[in-house]
Amino acid sequence: MLLIECPWCGERDQTEFTCHGEAHIVRPKNPDELTDEQWGDYVFFRSNPKGLHKERWVHDHGCRRWFNVVRHTHTDIVYGSYKPGEPAPEVSEEALKGGKK
Amino acid sequence: MTQTNRLSSGGRVNRAKTVKFTFDGKTYEGFEGDTLSSALLANNVHLVGRSFKYHRPRGVLTAGSEEPNAIVQLGEGNRTEPNCRTPMVELYDGLKATAQNCWPSVNFDIGGINNKLSRFFPAGFYYKTFMWPKGMWEKYEHVIRASAGMGNAPSENDPDTYATKHVHCDVLVAGGGVSGLAAALTAGRTGARVILAEEHAEFGGQLLSDADATIDGKPAMEWVEATLAELRSMEEVTILPRTTVTAYYDHNFLSALERVTDHLGHGNGGDLPRQRFWQIRAKQVVLAQGAIERPMLFGDNDRPGVMLASAVRTYINRFGVLPGKNVVVFTNNDSAYATAIDAHKAGAKVTIVDIRENPAGAWVEKAKALSIQIHTNMAVIGTTGYRKVTGVDIMPLTADGKGVTGQSQRIDADIVAMSSGWNPMISLFSQGRGKLRYDEKLTSFVPDHCQWANISVGAGNGEFTLEGCLSQGLAAGSKAAQDAGFGDGVVPPTPAAPEDAQGDMRILWYIPSDRPLGRGRKHFHEFQNDSTVADIHLAEREGFVSVEHLKRYTTTGMGTDQGKTSNVNAIAIMSQIRDVKIPMVGTTTFRPPYTPLTFGAAAGHAVGELFLQKRKTAMHPTHEEMGAVYEDVGDWKRPRYFPKDGEDMHAAVQRECKQVRETVGMMDASTLGKIDIQGPDAAEFLNMIYTNAWLKLGVGKARYGLMCNEHGMVFDDGVTTRLGENHFHMTTTTGGAGRVANWLEEWLQTEWPEMKVYCTSVTEQWAVSSLNGPKSRELLAELTDIDLDPENFKFMEMREGHVAGVPARVYRISFTGEIAYEINVPHRYGKHVWDALIEAGKKYDLVLYGTESMHVLRAEKGFIIAGQDTDGSVTPMDLDMSWIVGKNKPDFLGRRSFARSDTSRPGRKQLVGILTEDPNVVLPEGAHVVETVKDRPPMDMLGHISSSYMSPNVGRSIAMGLIKDGFNRKGQTLSVPLMDGSVHKVTITDPIFFDKEGERTRG
Ligand SMILES: [Zn+2]
Repeated sequence: MLLIECPWCGERDQTEFTCHGEAHIVRPKNPDELTDEQWGDYVFFRSNPKGLHKERWVHDHGCRRWFNVVRHTHTDIVYGSYKPGEPAPEVSEEALKGGKK
Repeated sequence: MTQTNRLSSGGRVNRAKTVKFTFDGKTYEGFEGDTLSSALLANNVHLVGRSFKYHRPRGVLTAGSEEPNAIVQLGEGNRTEPNCRTPMVELYDGLKATAQNCWPSVNFDIGGINNKLSRFFPAGFYYKTFMWPKGMWEKYEHVIRASAGMGNAPSENDPDTYATKHVHCDVLVAGGGVSGLAAALTAGRTGARVILAEEHAEFGGQLLSDADATIDGKPAMEWVEATLAELRSMEEVTILPRTTVTAYYDHNFLSALERVTDHLGHGNGGDLPRQRFWQIRAKQVVLAQGAIERPMLFGDNDRPGVMLASAVRTYINRFGVLPGKNVVVFTNNDSAYATAIDAHKAGAKVTIVDIRENPAGAWVEKAKALSIQIHTNMAVIGTTGYRKVTGVDIMPLTADGKGVTGQSQRIDADIVAMSSGWNPMISLFSQGRGKLRYDEKLTSFVPDHCQWANISVGAGNGEFTLEGCLSQGLAAGSKAAQDAGFGDGVVPPTPAAPEDAQGDMRILWYIPSDRPLGRGRKHFHEFQNDSTVADIHLAEREGFVSVEHLKRYTTTGMGTDQGKTSNVNAIAIMSQIRDVKIPMVGTTTFRPPYTPLTFGAAAGHAVGELFLQKRKTAMHPTHEEMGAVYEDVGDWKRPRYFPKDGEDMHAAVQRECKQVRETVGMMDASTLGKIDIQGPDAAEFLNMIYTNAWLKLGVGKARYGLMCNEHGMVFDDGVTTRLGENHFHMTTTTGGAGRVANWLEEWLQTEWPEMKVYCTSVTEQWAVSSLNGPKSRELLAELTDIDLDPENFKFMEMREGHVAGVPARVYRISFTGEIAYEINVPHRYGKHVWDALIEAGKKYDLVLYGTESMHVLRAEKGFIIAGQDTDGSVTPMDLDMSWIVGKNKPDFLGRRSFARSDTSRPGRKQLVGILTEDPNVVLPEGAHVVETVKDRPPMDMLGHISSSYMSPNVGRSIAMGLIKDGFNRKGQTLSVPLMDGSVHKVTITDPIFFDKEGERTRG
């Protein structure tokens, strides 16, 4: 079970949270001007990397706030959490190679 | 003649306290401090079970949790427990154990015939024979399971309690042998919070079985005692005996099973739980689980009396039990010489059979000095005896070790103590994503590196010297504590623990015999599932060469012991057959739990009444009095119907539905999701969330809305009311309340943080009595100061005032199509108002109704239930609800998807009414609708029935469904074939079956 850091509450068990997939998927401001393909990209397509992934989590059994997490999809190592609007934490090559946070 | 194998002195048992127990109905005696294994062996009971497939007699192999053979059923009745490993069962007075997997008894087992017929039962036999032809498995399965005899689960409820504990610690030490103790000591001294878990009752690990070891010039157990005493004095150290770390998950989350009172005997735990399940988040983990000895793979190596050499030594030194008088030690290494020497000292006649050509060194010299006979370069080719080993046949090995040559020789033996080396226990490390490395010298896998914060030490790390274990443990404890933020990382000097060095092993994974493999003699590598070296050859011939295929084909490692004694041997044999290096074959994935875990422990307190929370409304006590039958909706106990005079559900629902439309009915609608929405941007926000227009909704007015996701699919609905310019009251479906609240927050917090909108869940704050029916206005008028004149209080409006003397918000909204009022009062007044309405309702013939009638009444009106008539693939247009889609709104969630080619194409599944030709037939929900009936599936499906009821007000059955191109099919006749073979003709219609013009609602 992952240990997730809520930027407001601190580290808590994964069971207190829900993951809602990739973060930073911005809703288009001009939906009507988009082609079906462009709109489809927004609605359906996600990057699904093997590696670092910025994803949106909600502390629903806690403060109910939304925030972002940088997680490695293969190792499940979490490299940090940040509030909406904040920049994602830098993950050094060293940290990635070492495998340990 | 009791305890014939008990030594006159020695061991850690309490000889002053005799303990009586029964095995297979016969009474025996042992001592306090015994395990069931040691007590059985003390009484010279070697035959304790039958094997899984061939029903061969089996005895105790090990002295630990890796035991594959000695598996028994413990206790009786509601406390009986199958698959208990005798070395892990501590003896208590009155213990009752029975052998598993044999009938009628372990001595005469009818299944033993399988052994005679064994050439008809090769590996893969069950799959090959019974999985084909298709469908026959079900017929064979119960016969196979009965004779396989995996023990019996109790059929009654478990009377014991189990506790769950969640903890955080700085350092978790798994294993209380010398390495683990040393690690706990240095970690504990820093003030770090340490948990030390040991599987056995006593700490010390191998030292408990070693009478000669010294630390700092004193008996090693004195160091163990002193270390434990120091640990006990540390406030932040938790010492857990009888506790197995069962699993290692991501982010250093581990679970452990503490057997709190099992050793006291079933039902003797008093107020303590039987077991406690620990869920531990550890900053650092020290893995000190030790190593498990490997069996030798020689002919008929499974006879009772054939044991691991280290286990024999444990029974002698720890329990004062010499399991036999004639001990043959069969080995490829020096560690078994310690067993030979201790058995000799205990009075056994000992013979060593060593496959090495020229074993030399201190251990060999010590054995020679005691005049123990040593046969070198010799193989045990087979054993004699059936229920108990009586002797071994040995023969000289050829130079390459692949065969035997010369004369065979028989040696009497009642114990064969075997050792082919040691395997570090890497299960937890591997569960925790640790990567393994093959160690050529050990010929086994050892921990290499791991992404999580852990350190492997001692025998579990491939270190087998006492000083080495001490040194690794002390260093690891210090390092782990420092990494967790405690101490300075300084490691105390390692105490002296001199030992005689051990020489090299000779590796012969398979011990040859005078007969070809698979003929006459069985070389078991896997005892619990009866898998032999010949089976691995068969697996290879049939192409099952990868380790995961090998495992499933031969069932190696698939027993309750997870192949702890067999895995490495199996991999090594396969590598020999394929002529590749062992790491090329690979290792199987280790999965939790490390040892079997009771369901009780996993469930903890969450059983019976505490299994799931029950949410009850304010009116619940009255529902109880009224004899409500409940249904669970979103954890709520909702009255489903209120039966009268022995009515069944159908009768009650027909009566309730009819009466609602004739007089007045009342339903508890408190469970509907309610969200209070405030802020200057609240209306703009709702305009984005709902498909229809909200900006111009007047204060005090209510509106029905559909919510779509960005795919354009409906996911919830409800009525929202404008309480003030910047204040709304939203209702959601009962089950969708949490989901909708999350949805609103997600948009507000992540996409539109600039919007000034604040949402608060108020579901529990309001108790809601919903009055429906032509008499509802008259009834409510008796109890309220609100002007109910339909000219002043119109449909889809809200008024504040008092009902039954308490402040109330009354919403004139309807889910039945009748004149209706939803009376919202603060939770604490809910029962008061409900009761007052029941009392006042008597003269209006008020009927209470539940969710079932609500479903029928709304279906009569063609109202949907989101989640029942929609399934995540339905747009508002598919529901024929284009009227609710704001054409002039520039944007709202899901809007752009309505124009996507698939969403806007004709012929989509659309919601329609469906009437059966026979008005008495109520179609099952989920039934498929087809155009052309074939005599068997598959048939081209047009859609399915989503709602279906017998309607008393329409006077016939009614249904709704999602049908391809449904709107254009109105009037068409289609068919509904059912599972029972019947076919029903149906007509597609409009989904509103009652009061099509909606005059009653507005009246
Ligand atoms: Zn939080």
